[in-house]
Amino acid sequence: MTTAPAVSAARGTVAIRSENLCRHYRLGETLIRAVDGVSLQVSAGEFVALLGSSGSGKSSVLNLIAGLDRPTSGSVIVQDRDLAKLSREELAKYRLHVVGMVFQSFNLIASMTLAENVELPLRFAEVDRGQRQNLAREALERVGLGARMNHRPSELSGGEQQRAALARALINRPKLLLADEPTGNLDSHTGTEIMNMVRRFNRELGMTVIMVTHERTLAERYAQRMIFLADGKLIDDRPNAPAATDLRGQGEES
Amino acid sequence: MKIPDLAELALRNLRESLLRNSLTTIGISVGVASLVAMLSLGIGLQQLASRRLVKSGLFDTVVVTSRRDLRGRDRDEGASGLTPGESRVLDEAARREIERLPDVLEAYPDIRFITELRYEDKPHLTMISALPSSAQSNDAFAGMQGSFFSSDTAAEVILQKTFAAELLGKTPVRGADESSVADLAKPLLGKELTMRYAQRASSPSQTPVPSAGAANSADSSLAGAAYSVVSREQKLKIVGVADLDPESMRGPTRAKVFLPLQLAESLHVMQPTDLREISRAASDQPVYSSVSVRVKNPTKVQMVEDAIKKMGFTTFSLLDASQSLRTFFRVLDLFLLIFGSLALAVSSIGIVNTLVMAILERRREIGIMKAIGASDGDVKKLFFAEAGAMGIVGGMAGVALGWAIGRIINLGTNVYLKRESLTPDTFWAVPWWLVGAAILFSVIVSLVSGLYPAGRAAKLDPVQALRYE
Repeated sequence: MTTAPAVSAARGTVAIRSENLCRHYRLGETLIRAVDGVSLQVSAGEFVALLGSSGSGKSSVLNLIAGLDRPTSGSVIVQDRDLAKLSREELAKYRLHVVGMVFQSFNLIASMTLAENVELPLRFAEVDRGQRQNLAREALERVGLGARMNHRPSELSGGEQQRAALARALINRPKLLLADEPTGNLDSHTGTEIMNMVRRFNRELGMTVIMVTHERTLAERYAQRMIFLADGKLIDDRPNAPAATDLRGQGEES
Repeated sequence: MKIPDLAELALRNLRESLLRNSLTTIGISVGVASLVAMLSLGIGLQQLASRRLVKSGLFDTVVVTSRRDLRGRDRDEGASGLTPGESRVLDEAARREIERLPDVLEAYPDIRFITELRYEDKPHLTMISALPSSAQSNDAFAGMQGSFFSSDTAAEVILQKTFAAELLGKTPVRGADESSVADLAKPLLGKELTMRYAQRASSPSQTPVPSAGAANSADSSLAGAAYSVVSREQKLKIVGVADLDPESMRGPTRAKVFLPLQLAESLHVMQPTDLREISRAASDQPVYSSVSVRVKNPTKVQMVEDAIKKMGFTTFSLLDASQSLRTFFRVLDLFLLIFGSLALAVSSIGIVNTLVMAILERRREIGIMKAIGASDGDVKKLFFAEAGAMGIVGGMAGVALGWAIGRIINLGTNVYLKRESLTPDTFWAVPWWLVGAAILFSVIVSLVSGLYPAGRAAKLDPVQALRYE
């Protein structure tokens, strides 16, 4: 086990804590240990990168934290909720209100306009129509897509789609932003743009960010802490001083 | 999710794969249409039959006779211990009492007698019967020439067509075409007949009539029952000639000449029962041989019959016949319902198929919705709403289609009936309850069909759903 929790505990209250987290599943005859005894702790407001090669279990850990999957054993406690003990219904509520997610493939619904995509979580949260539309417009304006509200995802570039996905992830004002290879499908320029936005939300809104990536340089530029996984196990956990300067981040906003 | 949101999303999803969902919806509507067409014909035929029956006056009429009428003795007695001799007399008071029973429209005496009518000084002996004014709506008078009685007391008469032929001296030849009512009516309408009859006249005074045995009897009723029989004449104007066959009819219409009821009553014609009841009648009030009771609708006949039986009379109605007829229609409707539902069952398989396909196609979309916070219930409700929307649209289209099919069948059959020189009629009906029930049924079938796909969609594992592009 590592000394990871001690490193960042000073930054604030604990947002995520996992203990001996395991996720095993069978694929035919073989037992796959996607996550195999991971214990970690993330403080509120931290920007953590989960690193590892493909098949290392980093996405599985993210899915467990996101409440999309349930651990085979061990526990994940997010904001004082033991996710393993929540019912399916409660888990859906948790995903709706506590977590915002961004994916490599954007995962916008193709048949809906950007505004509809962004307000979809508000529908599940049963927010009134008028308020919903205002919130969706504000969220899209915040990511610079105010003019494209009524476009469908297929009419937009990858960067624009990912910005819309960010707007959707933030619409319910979650405490936790989980990003699974958010720049994986983007060129480096738009990737930087997206990452600057993520960091801005991390700083301004005090959101805890966990980002899964296989690009070490990306992690080094933005994350305050890097956690390395291999074969489902946590192999390294070290703090990092983000290389990207604040100035660049600020400049992006103007 | 809120219901309007659910409906909006469901409709949006249905629009996305428009062709497939339209085909499925058409499938439902064909199912509903077959159901509606079948049932509308069943209901229409039933309405046609009961319309005819109500008009014929057979099924809403109870014929009341006194138990003193020994002819009815062996019919359905037994409940009452009274011997015929002790039971009630069917007189005016009894008639009024019957008329006051709930659900009774009217109770009128059957006045019928055989007497002589003179037309152009030739005598004709025939059966005369009295009709209440309500009889003019009777189906039996549908093809009548001339008009019905101008009032209930008018000195007018309606002839049955064979009697009209007799008056004109036309003897019907068997097998030959019958003369048309119009031809028979033309020379007769407006002409006068003279009726000769035996009147039952009350005694000029109440002084005892020659009575040998009255000395030891102070029985005033006996005195009251005395009357004379006088021969009278009454002139009557022919106002109508009815196109009905007396052999096929029953009750008051089974006669050849008809008089208005109140006129007939006021004539005090001697009735066969008068002689029998002379020992009982309390006054010179007439005693009826039978009273016809019209009931509001055929379903109330049984109740009214029971009430009249309790009063001590014998009743008779064709209720049993109408009950088996109703059973027949129930069974017919059931069969039509089953056959109609088969088509809907087939279309429900279409719904299951479409929605299962939609799950496969929208696997990723379901995964996304779950990842951003949709609960199992939200996903399930969404698929339910899609099934329900297809059910509503399919149901409404199906009702319209079924209505059109029923109408076309009706029109086509009427063309055929006309060619066969039969009277066309409406034997097809789509009552409002059928419209509502068909749409409701369609929605229920659709929701039941959506049960499995919705459950499957709700249980979809979001991680699996999102894993692959």
